[in-house]
Amino acid sequence: MKQLVCISKTPETTTQIKLSGDSSQLDVAGINYILNPYDEWYALVRAIELKEQIGGTVTVVNVGDASNDVVIRKALAIGADDAIRIDQTPDSALSVAKAIAATVSSDGYDIVYCGKESIDYNGSQVGSMLSELLDVPFVPQAVNMTVEGSTATIQRDIEGGTETISVNTPFLISAAKGLAEQRIPNMRGIMMSKKKPLNVVSQDISDSSTTVTKYTLPAGKGSIKMIDADNMDELVRLLQEEAKVL
Amino acid sequence: MVLVFVEHNNGTFKKAALEAVTYAKMTADTLGTDCKALVFGTAEEASELGKYGVSSVLSLSSDHLAHYDSQAYAAAVANVAKASGASVVVLNNNSTGVGITGRIAVKLDAGCASGVNSLPVKTDNGITVEKNIFSGKAISTINLTSPVSVISVTGNTIQPEVVGSPCSVESISADVPAPRTQVISQDKQQGTVAPLPEAELVVSAGRGMKGPENWGIIEALADALGATTACSRPVADTGWRPHHEHVGQTGVAIRPNLYIAAGISGAIQHLAGVNSSKCIVVINKDPEAPFFKAADYGICADLFDVVPKLTEAIKKAKA
Ligand SMILES: Cc1cc2nc3c(=O)[nH]c(=O)nc-3n(C[C@H](O)[C@H](O)[C@H](O)COP(=O)(O)OP(=O)(O)OC[C@H]3O[C@@H](n4cnc5c(N)ncnc54)[C@H](O)[C@@H]3O)c2cc1C
Repeated sequence: MKQLVCISKTPETTTQIKLSGDSSQLDVAGINYILNPYDEWYALVRAIELKEQIGGTVTVVNVGDASNDVVIRKALAIGADDAIRIDQTPDSALSVAKAIAATVSSDGYDIVYCGKESIDYNGSQVGSMLSELLDVPFVPQAVNMTVEGSTATIQRDIEGGTETISVNTPFLISAAKGLAEQRIPNMRGIMMSKKKPLNVVSQDISDSSTTVTKYTLPAGKGSIKMIDADNMDELVRLLQEEAKVL
Repeated sequence: MVLVFVEHNNGTFKKAALEAVTYAKMTADTLGTDCKALVFGTAEEASELGKYGVSSVLSLSSDHLAHYDSQAYAAAVANVAKASGASVVVLNNNSTGVGITGRIAVKLDAGCASGVNSLPVKTDNGITVEKNIFSGKAISTINLTSPVSVISVTGNTIQPEVVGSPCSVESISADVPAPRTQVISQDKQQGTVAPLPEAELVVSAGRGMKGPENWGIIEALADALGATTACSRPVADTGWRPHHEHVGQTGVAIRPNLYIAAGISGAIQHLAGVNSSKCIVVINKDPEAPFFKAADYGICADLFDVVPKLTEAIKKAKA
Protein backbone atom coordinates (compact mmCIF):
# COMPACT_ATOMS: atom_id res chain seq x y z
CA MET A 1 0.00 0.00 0.00
CA LYS A 2 1.49 3.32 -1.07
CA GLN A 3 0.29 6.04 1.28
CA LEU A 4 0.66 9.81 1.36
CA VAL A 5 -0.13 12.03 4.34
CA CYS A 6 -0.51 15.78 3.86
CA ILE A 7 0.81 17.57 6.93
CA SER A 8 0.73 21.19 7.94
CA LYS A 9 2.39 23.30 10.58
CA THR A 10 0.17 25.23 13.00
CA PRO A 11 0.69 27.43 16.03
CA GLU A 12 0.70 25.46 19.23
CA THR A 13 -2.73 25.25 20.89
CA THR A 14 -1.93 27.51 23.86
CA THR A 15 -1.01 30.38 21.49
CA GLN A 16 -2.72 33.68 22.26
CA ILE A 17 -3.46 35.27 18.91
CA LYS A 18 -2.14 38.82 18.55
CA LEU A 19 -2.41 41.15 15.60
CA SER A 20 0.18 43.45 14.12
CA GLY A 21 -0.53 47.19 14.21
CA ASP A 22 -2.77 47.61 11.18
CA SER A 23 -4.73 44.36 11.66
CA SER A 24 -3.73 43.11 8.24
CA GLN A 25 -1.43 40.52 9.72
CA LEU A 26 -1.09 38.09 12.59
CA ASP A 27 1.75 38.89 14.95
CA VAL A 28 3.80 35.70 14.74
CA ALA A 29 6.60 36.79 17.04
CA GLY A 30 7.31 34.16 19.67
CA ILE A 31 4.79 31.61 18.38
CA ASN A 32 5.76 27.96 18.79
CA TYR A 33 4.69 25.65 16.01
CA ILE A 34 3.52 22.06 16.06
CA LEU A 35 2.36 19.49 13.56
CA ASN A 36 -1.35 20.04 13.03
CA PRO A 37 -2.97 17.63 15.56
CA TYR A 38 -5.45 16.07 13.10
CA ASP A 39 -2.60 15.34 10.68
CA GLU A 40 -0.31 13.95 13.36
CA TRP A 41 -2.54 12.15 15.85
CA TYR A 42 -4.99 10.56 13.45
CA ALA A 43 -3.96 10.68 9.75
CA LEU A 44 -0.27 9.90 10.11
CA VAL A 45 -0.70 7.28 12.83
CA ARG A 46 -3.45 5.44 10.91
CA ALA A 47 -1.22 5.35 7.82
CA ILE A 48 1.67 3.96 9.88
CA GLU A 49 -0.58 1.34 11.53
CA LEU A 50 -1.77 0.21 8.12
CA LYS A 51 1.78 -0.04 6.86
CA GLU A 52 2.73 -2.12 9.90
CA GLN A 53 -0.21 -4.38 9.18
CA ILE A 54 0.02 -4.90 5.42
CA GLY A 55 3.31 -3.33 4.31
CA GLY A 56 4.10 -0.56 1.87
CA THR A 57 5.28 2.98 2.44
CA VAL A 58 4.17 6.19 4.13
CA THR A 59 5.30 9.49 2.61
CA VAL A 60 4.48 12.86 4.14
CA VAL A 61 4.12 16.03 2.09
CA ASN A 62 4.15 19.63 3.27
CA VAL A 63 3.95 22.95 1.45
CA GLY A 64 6.14 25.63 2.98
CA ASP A 65 9.62 26.94 3.59
CA ALA A 66 12.61 25.38 5.35
CA SER A 67 11.32 26.46 8.76
CA ASN A 68 8.79 23.64 8.40
CA ASP A 69 11.52 20.98 8.41
CA VAL A 70 11.26 20.63 12.21
CA VAL A 71 7.65 19.41 12.08
CA ILE A 72 8.40 17.29 9.00
CA ARG A 73 11.21 15.55 10.92
CA LYS A 74 8.74 14.90 13.72
CA ALA A 75 6.47 13.07 11.27
CA LEU A 76 9.49 11.00 10.18
CA ALA A 77 10.29 10.29 13.84
CA ILE A 78 6.75 9.02 14.42
CA GLY A 79 7.27 6.60 11.55
CA ALA A 80 6.85 8.03 8.06
CA ASP A 81 9.44 6.66 5.61
CA ASP A 82 10.23 9.78 3.65
CA ALA A 83 9.06 13.33 3.14
CA ILE A 84 8.49 15.84 0.40
CA ARG A 85 8.57 19.55 1.12
CA ILE A 86 7.20 21.74 -1.63
CA ASP A 87 9.13 24.93 -1.23
CA GLN A 88 6.44 27.50 -1.81
CA THR A 89 4.69 30.03 0.37
CA PRO A 90 1.09 28.87 0.56
CA ASP A 91 -1.34 31.72 -0.12
CA SER A 92 -4.63 29.80 -0.01
CA ALA A 93 -6.05 26.31 0.37
CA LEU A 94 -6.27 26.12 -3.41
CA SER A 95 -2.61 26.91 -3.98
CA VAL A 96 -1.64 24.25 -1.40
CA ALA A 97 -3.87 21.65 -3.05
CA LYS A 98 -2.59 22.56 -6.52
CA ALA A 99 1.04 22.40 -5.42
CA ILE A 100 0.54 18.95 -3.90
CA ALA A 101 -1.42 17.69 -6.91
CA ALA A 102 1.24 18.96 -9.32
CA THR A 103 3.93 17.18 -7.30
CA VAL A 104 2.33 13.79 -6.60
CA SER A 105 -0.35 13.20 -9.24
CA SER A 106 1.71 10.70 -11.23
CA ASP A 107 3.13 8.87 -8.20
CA GLY A 108 0.24 6.43 -7.84
CA TYR A 109 -0.62 6.75 -4.16
CA ASP A 110 -3.33 4.31 -3.04
CA ILE A 111 -4.49 6.29 -0.02
CA VAL A 112 -3.98 10.01 0.54
CA TYR A 113 -4.76 11.47 3.98
CA CYS A 114 -5.42 14.98 5.23
CA GLY A 115 -6.44 16.05 8.72
CA LYS A 116 -10.09 16.98 9.17
CA GLU A 117 -8.97 20.60 9.36
CA SER A 118 -5.92 22.61 10.28
CA ILE A 119 -6.40 24.21 13.68
CA ASP A 120 -5.21 27.60 12.42
CA TYR A 121 -7.40 28.52 9.45
CA ASN A 122 -10.04 25.81 10.07
CA GLY A 123 -10.72 25.67 6.35
CA SER A 124 -11.19 21.93 5.78
CA GLN A 125 -10.66 22.60 2.10
CA VAL A 126 -7.34 21.11 1.03
CA GLY A 127 -8.62 17.51 1.13
CA SER A 128 -11.71 18.27 -0.90
CA MET A 129 -9.77 20.34 -3.44
CA LEU A 130 -6.92 17.84 -3.72
CA SER A 131 -9.33 14.93 -4.30
CA GLU A 132 -10.86 16.87 -7.17
CA LEU A 133 -7.46 17.70 -8.67
CA LEU A 134 -6.37 14.05 -8.35
CA ASP A 135 -9.78 12.83 -9.58
CA VAL A 136 -10.25 10.40 -6.69
CA PRO A 137 -13.13 9.72 -4.28
CA PHE A 138 -13.02 11.67 -1.01
CA VAL A 139 -14.37 10.55 2.36
CA PRO A 140 -14.28 13.45 4.84
CA GLN A 141 -14.22 13.19 8.67
CA ALA A 142 -13.18 9.53 8.91
CA VAL A 143 -13.28 8.10 12.43
CA ASN A 144 -12.53 4.46 11.59
CA MET A 145 -11.03 2.63 8.62
CA THR A 146 -10.34 -1.02 7.84
CA VAL A 147 -8.68 -2.13 4.61
CA GLU A 148 -9.18 -5.49 2.91
CA GLY A 149 -7.24 -5.88 -0.34
CA SER A 150 -7.97 -2.73 -2.31
CA THR A 151 -11.29 -2.02 -0.55
CA ALA A 152 -11.62 0.19 2.49
CA THR A 153 -14.57 0.34 4.83
CA ILE A 154 -14.70 3.74 6.46
CA GLN A 155 -16.90 5.24 9.13
CA ARG A 156 -17.26 8.98 9.01
CA ASP A 157 -18.89 11.54 11.28
CA ILE A 158 -22.19 12.97 10.12
CA GLU A 159 -24.59 15.18 12.08
CA GLY A 160 -25.83 13.12 14.99
CA GLY A 161 -24.11 9.85 14.09
CA THR A 162 -21.85 8.05 11.65
CA GLU A 163 -22.08 6.75 8.11
CA THR A 164 -20.28 3.65 6.84
CA ILE A 165 -18.78 3.87 3.38
CA SER A 166 -17.06 1.43 1.08
CA VAL A 167 -14.48 2.69 -1.40
CA ASN A 168 -11.72 1.22 -3.55
CA THR A 169 -8.21 2.61 -3.81
CA PRO A 170 -7.11 5.11 -4.86
CA PHE A 171 -9.00 7.50 -2.58
CA LEU A 172 -8.49 10.39 -0.18
CA ILE A 173 -9.77 10.66 3.39
CA SER A 174 -9.70 13.37 6.00
CA ALA A 175 -8.93 12.15 9.51
CA ALA A 176 -11.02 12.97 12.59
CA LYS A 177 -10.72 11.96 16.22
CA GLY A 178 -11.05 8.20 16.67
CA LEU A 179 -9.25 7.14 13.48
CA ALA A 180 -6.11 6.32 15.51
CA GLU A 181 -4.45 7.00 18.86
CA GLN A 182 -1.70 9.59 19.22
CA ARG A 183 1.85 8.14 19.24
CA ILE A 184 4.82 9.75 20.93
CA PRO A 185 8.05 9.34 18.92
CA ASN A 186 10.66 7.22 20.74
CA MET A 187 14.43 7.78 20.85
CA ARG A 188 15.07 5.33 18.03
CA GLY A 189 12.49 7.03 15.84
CA ILE A 190 14.02 10.43 16.51
CA MET A 191 17.53 9.16 15.65
CA MET A 192 16.31 7.47 12.47
CA SER A 193 14.31 10.51 11.36
CA LYS A 194 17.54 12.42 10.81
CA LYS A 195 18.66 9.97 8.14
CA LYS A 196 15.34 9.59 6.35
CA PRO A 197 14.99 11.38 2.99
CA LEU A 198 13.39 14.83 3.00
CA ASN A 199 13.13 15.85 -0.63
CA VAL A 200 12.65 19.51 -1.41
CA VAL A 201 10.90 20.32 -4.67
CA SER A 202 9.70 23.62 -5.99
CA GLN A 203 6.41 24.66 -7.52
CA ASP A 204 5.30 28.12 -8.40
CA ILE A 205 1.56 28.20 -7.96
CA SER A 206 -0.35 31.14 -6.62
CA ASP A 207 -4.00 31.94 -6.14
CA SER A 208 -5.29 35.47 -6.04
CA SER A 209 -9.00 34.66 -5.97
CA THR A 210 -9.16 34.28 -2.19
CA THR A 211 -7.20 36.60 0.09
CA VAL A 212 -7.37 37.43 3.76
CA THR A 213 -7.54 41.21 3.97
CA LYS A 214 -7.95 41.68 7.69
CA TYR A 215 -7.85 39.94 11.04
CA THR A 216 -9.86 40.88 14.11
CA LEU A 217 -10.08 39.54 17.63
CA PRO A 218 -13.46 38.47 18.99
CA ALA A 219 -15.23 41.01 21.19
CA GLY A 220 -14.55 39.99 24.76
CA LYS A 221 -17.34 39.25 27.19
CA GLY A 222 -18.57 42.11 29.34
CA SER A 223 -18.37 41.63 33.07
CA ILE A 224 -19.73 38.39 34.44
CA LYS A 225 -22.81 38.26 36.68
CA MET A 226 -22.36 35.88 39.61
CA ILE A 227 -25.52 34.15 40.78
CA ASP A 228 -26.14 32.47 44.08
CA ALA A 229 -26.37 28.69 43.96
CA ASP A 230 -29.68 28.85 45.80
CA ASN A 231 -31.21 31.25 43.31
CA MET A 232 -31.49 29.27 40.08
CA ASP A 233 -34.89 30.86 39.40
CA GLU A 234 -33.02 34.14 39.00
CA LEU A 235 -30.60 32.57 36.52
CA VAL A 236 -33.49 31.21 34.46
CA ARG A 237 -35.14 34.64 34.53
CA LEU A 238 -31.93 36.30 33.30
CA LEU A 239 -31.50 33.74 30.54
CA GLN A 240 -35.06 34.42 29.42
CA GLU A 241 -35.33 38.16 29.86
CA GLU A 242 -31.80 39.55 29.69
CA ALA A 243 -29.84 37.16 27.48
CA LYS A 244 -33.02 36.08 25.64
CA VAL A 245 -31.65 32.63 24.90
CA LEU A 246 -34.45 30.57 26.43
CA MET B 1 -27.69 34.81 -9.64
CA VAL B 2 -27.02 33.19 -6.28
CA LEU B 3 -27.45 29.41 -6.24
CA VAL B 4 -28.02 27.72 -2.89
CA PHE B 5 -27.64 23.96 -2.58
CA VAL B 6 -30.31 22.80 -0.13
CA GLU B 7 -30.29 19.35 1.41
CA HIS B 8 -33.50 17.69 2.46
CA ASN B 9 -34.37 14.69 4.59
CA ASN B 10 -37.05 12.72 2.77
CA GLY B 11 -38.62 15.86 1.43
CA THR B 12 -38.42 18.12 4.48
CA PHE B 13 -35.86 20.78 5.26
CA LYS B 14 -33.89 21.10 8.49
CA LYS B 15 -33.41 24.49 10.09
CA ALA B 16 -29.75 24.59 8.98
CA ALA B 17 -30.83 24.16 5.36
CA LEU B 18 -33.28 27.07 5.69
CA GLU B 19 -30.52 29.18 7.25
CA ALA B 20 -28.49 28.64 4.07
CA VAL B 21 -31.47 29.74 1.97
CA THR B 22 -31.94 32.93 3.98
CA TYR B 23 -28.19 33.55 3.75
CA ALA B 24 -28.32 33.13 -0.03
CA LYS B 25 -31.35 35.41 -0.33
CA MET B 26 -29.62 38.15 1.68
CA THR B 27 -26.49 37.69 -0.44
CA ALA B 28 -28.57 38.06 -3.59
CA ASP B 29 -30.13 41.26 -2.21
CA THR B 30 -26.67 42.65 -1.46
CA LEU B 31 -25.54 41.88 -5.00
CA GLY B 32 -28.78 43.08 -6.60
CA THR B 33 -29.64 39.75 -8.15
CA ASP B 34 -32.01 36.84 -7.60
CA CYS B 35 -31.60 33.57 -5.80
CA LYS B 36 -32.43 30.00 -6.83
CA ALA B 37 -32.31 26.78 -4.84
CA LEU B 38 -30.95 23.47 -6.07
CA VAL B 39 -32.37 20.29 -4.53
CA PHE B 40 -31.48 16.72 -5.42
CA GLY B 41 -34.42 14.47 -6.19
CA THR B 42 -37.96 15.51 -5.46
CA ALA B 43 -38.63 17.19 -2.15
CA GLU B 44 -42.26 17.40 -1.16
CA GLU B 45 -41.80 20.78 0.49
CA ALA B 46 -39.59 22.21 -2.30
CA SER B 47 -41.98 25.00 -3.27
CA GLU B 48 -41.94 26.18 0.37
CA LEU B 49 -38.39 27.44 -0.18
CA GLY B 50 -40.00 30.33 -2.04
CA LYS B 51 -41.10 31.66 1.34
CA TYR B 52 -37.46 32.11 2.28
CA GLY B 53 -36.82 34.18 -0.81
CA VAL B 54 -35.79 31.93 -3.71
CA SER B 55 -37.39 32.80 -7.05
CA SER B 56 -37.48 29.16 -8.12
CA VAL B 57 -36.33 25.72 -7.09
CA LEU B 58 -34.29 23.62 -9.50
CA SER B 59 -34.90 19.94 -8.89
CA LEU B 60 -32.23 17.58 -10.24
CA SER B 61 -32.94 13.86 -10.23
CA SER B 62 -30.31 11.25 -11.01
CA ASP B 63 -29.65 7.70 -9.84
CA HIS B 64 -26.10 8.84 -9.23
CA LEU B 65 -27.28 11.17 -6.46
CA ALA B 66 -29.15 8.53 -4.44
CA HIS B 67 -26.37 8.53 -1.83
CA TYR B 68 -23.82 11.11 -0.79
CA ASP B 69 -20.68 10.89 -2.92
CA SER B 70 -18.46 13.95 -2.98
CA GLN B 71 -17.53 13.55 -6.65
CA ALA B 72 -21.07 13.08 -7.92
CA TYR B 73 -22.53 15.77 -5.64
CA ALA B 74 -19.84 18.33 -6.44
CA ALA B 75 -20.11 17.73 -10.20
CA ALA B 76 -23.90 18.09 -10.03
CA VAL B 77 -23.76 21.38 -8.10
CA ALA B 78 -20.96 22.76 -10.28
CA ASN B 79 -22.68 21.80 -13.53
CA VAL B 80 -25.96 23.39 -12.46
CA ALA B 81 -24.09 26.51 -11.29
CA LYS B 82 -22.42 26.78 -14.69
CA ALA B 83 -25.57 26.15 -16.69
CA SER B 84 -27.58 28.66 -14.67
CA GLY B 85 -24.88 31.32 -14.66
CA ALA B 86 -24.53 31.52 -10.87
CA SER B 87 -22.02 34.05 -9.54
CA VAL B 88 -22.19 32.80 -5.95
CA VAL B 89 -22.80 29.24 -4.74
CA VAL B 90 -23.95 28.89 -1.12
CA LEU B 91 -24.09 25.68 0.89
CA ASN B 92 -24.01 24.52 4.51
CA ASN B 93 -20.69 23.91 6.21
CA ASN B 94 -21.74 20.49 7.49
CA SER B 95 -20.72 16.90 6.86
CA THR B 96 -21.99 17.16 3.29
CA GLY B 97 -20.53 20.59 2.58
CA VAL B 98 -17.11 19.70 3.93
CA GLY B 99 -16.69 17.06 1.23
CA ILE B 100 -17.84 19.13 -1.72
CA THR B 101 -17.08 22.81 -1.08
CA GLY B 102 -13.47 22.53 -2.24
CA ARG B 103 -14.34 20.22 -5.12
CA ILE B 104 -16.98 22.66 -6.41
CA ALA B 105 -14.50 25.55 -6.13
CA VAL B 106 -11.92 23.65 -8.20
CA LYS B 107 -14.53 22.78 -10.83
CA LEU B 108 -15.73 26.37 -11.10
CA ASP B 109 -12.30 27.91 -10.76
CA ALA B 110 -13.90 29.87 -7.94
CA GLY B 111 -12.65 31.71 -4.90
CA CYS B 112 -13.79 29.84 -1.85
CA ALA B 113 -14.52 30.58 1.80
CA SER B 114 -15.64 27.80 4.12
CA GLY B 115 -17.17 28.04 7.57
CA VAL B 116 -18.29 31.62 6.97
CA ASN B 117 -20.27 33.35 9.74
CA SER B 118 -21.11 36.77 8.30
CA LEU B 119 -23.15 38.04 5.39
CA PRO B 120 -21.07 39.17 2.41
CA VAL B 121 -20.19 42.81 1.91
CA LYS B 122 -19.78 44.15 -1.63
CA THR B 123 -16.37 45.64 -2.42
CA ASP B 124 -14.82 47.26 -5.52
CA ASN B 125 -13.48 43.98 -6.77
CA GLY B 126 -15.77 41.32 -5.32
CA ILE B 127 -17.16 40.47 -1.92
CA THR B 128 -15.78 40.02 1.58
CA VAL B 129 -16.96 37.55 4.20
CA GLU B 130 -15.79 36.73 7.71
CA LYS B 131 -14.98 33.42 9.33
CA ASN B 132 -13.56 32.26 12.63
CA ILE B 133 -9.98 31.06 12.61
CA PHE B 134 -7.96 29.37 15.35
CA SER B 135 -11.30 27.81 16.35
CA GLY B 136 -12.63 31.20 17.39
CA LYS B 137 -9.52 32.86 18.83
CA ALA B 138 -9.57 35.29 15.89
CA ILE B 139 -11.71 36.27 12.91
CA SER B 140 -10.47 36.69 9.36
CA THR B 141 -11.99 38.84 6.64
CA ILE B 142 -11.68 37.17 3.27
CA ASN B 143 -11.89 38.92 -0.07
CA LEU B 144 -13.26 36.81 -2.93
CA THR B 145 -12.46 38.34 -6.31
CA SER B 146 -13.10 35.60 -8.86
CA PRO B 147 -16.13 35.78 -11.21
CA VAL B 148 -17.69 32.90 -9.26
CA SER B 149 -17.42 32.39 -5.49
CA VAL B 150 -18.27 29.43 -3.28
CA ILE B 151 -19.35 30.08 0.32
CA SER B 152 -20.13 27.46 2.96
CA VAL B 153 -22.06 28.85 5.92
CA THR B 154 -21.60 27.84 9.54
CA GLY B 155 -24.71 26.77 11.43
CA ASN B 156 -26.54 29.38 13.55
CA THR B 157 -24.99 32.29 11.56
CA ILE B 158 -28.42 33.74 10.79
CA GLN B 159 -31.98 32.67 11.47
CA PRO B 160 -34.28 31.53 8.65
CA GLU B 161 -36.59 34.37 7.67
CA VAL B 162 -39.87 34.16 5.80
CA VAL B 163 -39.94 36.94 3.18
CA GLY B 164 -42.12 35.61 0.36
CA SER B 165 -44.49 32.93 -0.80
CA PRO B 166 -44.14 29.43 -2.29
CA CYS B 167 -42.43 29.36 -5.70
CA SER B 168 -42.30 27.16 -8.78
CA VAL B 169 -40.26 23.98 -8.92
CA GLU B 170 -38.52 23.23 -12.19
CA SER B 171 -37.11 19.81 -13.08
CA ILE B 172 -33.69 20.11 -14.64
CA SER B 173 -31.05 17.71 -15.89
CA ALA B 174 -27.28 17.85 -15.63
CA ASP B 175 -24.31 15.58 -16.13
CA VAL B 176 -23.63 13.60 -12.96
CA PRO B 177 -20.77 11.08 -12.88
CA ALA B 178 -21.33 7.67 -11.31
CA PRO B 179 -20.40 7.63 -7.61
CA ARG B 180 -17.21 5.80 -6.68
CA THR B 181 -18.10 5.44 -3.01
CA GLN B 182 -20.92 3.38 -1.62
CA VAL B 183 -22.86 4.24 1.51
CA ILE B 184 -23.41 0.97 3.34
CA SER B 185 -25.29 2.22 6.38
CA GLN B 186 -26.09 5.19 8.57
CA ASP B 187 -26.13 5.00 12.31
CA LYS B 188 -27.85 7.99 13.90
CA GLN B 189 -28.61 8.43 17.54
CA GLN B 190 -32.28 8.23 18.29
CA GLY B 191 -33.88 11.26 19.80
CA THR B 192 -34.91 14.67 18.81
CA VAL B 193 -32.14 16.98 20.01
CA ALA B 194 -30.04 18.75 17.40
CA PRO B 195 -26.56 17.36 16.68
CA LEU B 196 -23.80 19.42 18.31
CA PRO B 197 -22.71 21.54 15.33
CA GLU B 198 -26.33 22.68 14.79
CA ALA B 199 -27.40 22.90 18.43
CA GLU B 200 -28.77 26.16 19.84
CA LEU B 201 -28.59 25.00 23.44
CA VAL B 202 -25.63 22.99 24.77
CA VAL B 203 -24.94 21.55 28.22
CA SER B 204 -21.31 20.57 28.64
CA ALA B 205 -19.36 18.98 31.46
CA GLY B 206 -15.73 18.25 32.30
CA ARG B 207 -13.47 16.43 34.70
CA GLY B 208 -15.23 18.05 37.64
CA MET B 209 -17.88 15.34 37.12
CA LYS B 210 -15.50 12.81 38.72
CA GLY B 211 -16.70 9.89 36.60
CA PRO B 212 -19.02 8.80 33.79
CA GLU B 213 -21.51 7.34 36.26
CA ASN B 214 -22.41 10.88 37.37
CA TRP B 215 -23.61 12.14 33.97
CA GLY B 216 -27.29 11.56 34.84
CA ILE B 217 -27.63 15.10 36.23
CA ILE B 218 -26.13 16.59 33.04
CA GLU B 219 -28.49 14.56 30.86
CA ALA B 220 -31.43 15.58 33.05
CA LEU B 221 -30.51 19.26 32.63
CA ALA B 222 -30.09 18.82 28.87
CA ASP B 223 -33.46 17.04 28.69
CA ALA B 224 -35.21 19.80 30.60
CA LEU B 225 -33.79 22.37 28.17
CA GLY B 226 -34.00 20.30 24.99
CA ALA B 227 -30.24 20.84 24.77
CA THR B 228 -27.44 18.78 23.27
CA THR B 229 -24.67 17.41 25.53
CA ALA B 230 -20.95 18.13 25.05
CA CYS B 231 -17.76 17.57 27.03
CA SER B 232 -14.15 18.65 27.47
CA ARG B 233 -11.31 16.78 25.80
CA PRO B 234 -10.00 14.72 28.75
CA VAL B 235 -13.52 13.46 29.33
CA ALA B 236 -13.70 12.11 25.77
CA ASP B 237 -10.10 10.88 25.83
CA THR B 238 -10.72 8.75 28.91
CA GLY B 239 -13.84 7.32 27.34
CA TRP B 240 -16.27 8.84 29.85
CA ARG B 241 -18.18 10.31 26.91
CA PRO B 242 -18.17 9.62 23.15
CA HIS B 243 -15.61 11.39 20.92
CA HIS B 244 -18.21 13.36 19.00
CA GLU B 245 -19.11 15.30 22.19
CA HIS B 246 -15.59 16.74 22.50
CA VAL B 247 -15.66 20.50 21.91
CA GLY B 248 -12.70 22.86 21.66
CA GLN B 249 -9.77 23.64 19.45
CA THR B 250 -9.17 19.97 18.66
CA GLY B 251 -12.84 18.98 18.84
CA VAL B 252 -16.04 20.43 17.47
CA ALA B 253 -16.20 24.24 17.33
CA ILE B 254 -19.70 25.36 18.24
CA ARG B 255 -21.69 28.61 18.38
CA PRO B 256 -24.93 27.90 20.22
CA ASN B 257 -27.13 30.57 21.76
CA LEU B 258 -26.53 29.10 25.21
CA TYR B 259 -23.53 27.11 26.46
CA ILE B 260 -23.67 25.81 30.03
CA ALA B 261 -20.34 24.45 31.30
CA ALA B 262 -20.20 22.45 34.53
CA GLY B 263 -16.91 21.30 36.06
CA ILE B 264 -14.81 22.61 33.15
CA SER B 265 -11.82 24.79 34.02
CA GLY B 266 -11.83 26.82 30.80
CA ALA B 267 -8.41 26.03 29.31
CA ILE B 268 -7.49 28.10 26.26
CA GLN B 269 -8.01 25.10 23.95
CA HIS B 270 -11.49 24.55 25.35
CA LEU B 271 -12.46 28.23 25.14
CA ALA B 272 -11.30 28.38 21.52
CA GLY B 273 -14.08 26.07 20.40
CA VAL B 274 -16.91 27.54 22.48
CA ASN B 275 -16.28 31.27 22.87
CA SER B 276 -18.50 32.14 19.90
CA SER B 277 -21.49 31.02 21.97
CA LYS B 278 -23.93 33.89 22.41
CA CYS B 279 -24.34 33.32 26.16
CA ILE B 280 -22.09 31.28 28.46
CA VAL B 281 -23.01 30.01 31.95
CA VAL B 282 -20.19 28.54 34.04
CA ILE B 283 -20.66 26.33 37.09
CA ASN B 284 -17.39 25.74 38.93
CA LYS B 285 -16.46 25.47 42.60
CA ASP B 286 -13.09 27.16 42.08
CA PRO B 287 -13.44 30.97 42.07
CA GLU B 288 -10.12 31.18 40.19
CA ALA B 289 -11.27 28.95 37.30
CA PRO B 290 -10.29 30.77 34.07
CA PHE B 291 -13.70 30.03 32.56
CA PHE B 292 -15.29 32.73 34.75
CA LYS B 293 -13.39 35.34 32.71
CA ALA B 294 -15.08 34.16 29.52
CA ALA B 295 -18.62 33.77 30.86
CA ASP B 296 -21.78 35.88 31.05
CA TYR B 297 -23.19 34.22 34.16
CA GLY B 298 -21.30 32.30 36.82
CA ILE B 299 -22.21 30.13 39.76
CA CYS B 300 -19.32 29.42 42.08
CA ALA B 301 -20.45 26.27 43.86
CA ASP B 302 -20.50 22.47 43.81
CA LEU B 303 -21.98 21.33 40.53
CA PHE B 304 -23.56 18.28 42.17
CA ASP B 305 -25.67 20.73 44.17
CA VAL B 306 -26.25 23.37 41.46
CA VAL B 307 -27.06 21.31 38.36
CA PRO B 308 -30.13 19.53 39.81
CA LYS B 309 -31.40 22.86 41.17
CA LEU B 310 -31.01 24.49 37.77
CA THR B 311 -32.88 21.58 36.17
CA GLU B 312 -35.76 22.07 38.62
CA ALA B 313 -35.83 25.82 38.00
CA ILE B 314 -36.02 25.26 34.24
CA LYS B 315 -38.79 22.70 34.57
CA LYS B 316 -40.70 25.12 36.78
CA ALA B 317 -40.27 27.98 34.30
CA LYS B 318 -41.44 25.80 31.43
CA ALA B 319 -44.44 24.39 33.28
C1 LIG C 1 -2.77 20.07 21.94
C2 LIG C 1 -3.90 20.19 22.91
C3 LIG C 1 -5.21 20.31 22.42
C4 LIG C 1 -6.28 20.42 23.31
N1 LIG C 1 -7.55 20.54 22.81
C5 LIG C 1 -8.60 20.62 23.68
C6 LIG C 1 -9.93 20.74 23.19
O1 LIG C 1 -10.18 20.77 21.98
N2 LIG C 1 -10.94 20.80 24.08
C7 LIG C 1 -10.73 20.75 25.45
O2 LIG C 1 -11.70 20.81 26.20
N3 LIG C 1 -9.47 20.64 25.93
C8 LIG C 1 -8.41 20.57 25.08
N4 LIG C 1 -7.15 20.41 25.58
C9 LIG C 1 -7.01 20.18 27.02
C10 LIG C 1 -7.05 21.43 27.85
O3 LIG C 1 -5.76 21.99 27.90
C11 LIG C 1 -7.51 21.10 29.29
O4 LIG C 1 -6.63 20.15 29.83
C12 LIG C 1 -8.92 20.53 29.37
O5 LIG C 1 -9.83 21.36 28.67
C13 LIG C 1 -9.35 20.43 30.80
O6 LIG C 1 -10.57 19.75 30.90
P1 LIG C 1 -11.54 20.00 32.13
O7 LIG C 1 -11.83 21.43 32.23
O8 LIG C 1 -12.67 19.05 31.98
O9 LIG C 1 -10.67 19.45 33.37
P2 LIG C 1 -9.85 20.25 34.48
O10 LIG C 1 -8.94 21.24 33.91
O11 LIG C 1 -9.32 19.21 35.38
O12 LIG C 1 -10.99 21.08 35.22
C14 LIG C 1 -11.97 20.52 36.03
C15 LIG C 1 -12.72 21.69 36.65
O13 LIG C 1 -13.81 21.19 37.39
C16 LIG C 1 -13.93 21.95 38.58
N5 LIG C 1 -14.61 21.09 39.56
C17 LIG C 1 -14.17 19.96 40.13
N6 LIG C 1 -15.09 19.45 40.94
C18 LIG C 1 -16.15 20.28 40.90
C19 LIG C 1 -17.42 20.29 41.52
N7 LIG C 1 -17.81 19.33 42.35
N8 LIG C 1 -18.26 21.31 41.27
C20 LIG C 1 -17.90 22.31 40.40
N9 LIG C 1 -16.71 22.34 39.78
C21 LIG C 1 -15.86 21.33 40.02
C22 LIG C 1 -12.53 22.30 38.97
O14 LIG C 1 -12.53 23.46 39.78
C23 LIG C 1 -11.87 22.52 37.59
O15 LIG C 1 -11.95 23.88 37.22
C24 LIG C 1 -6.06 20.37 24.71
C25 LIG C 1 -4.75 20.27 25.19
C26 LIG C 1 -3.69 20.18 24.31
C27 LIG C 1 -2.31 20.08 24.85
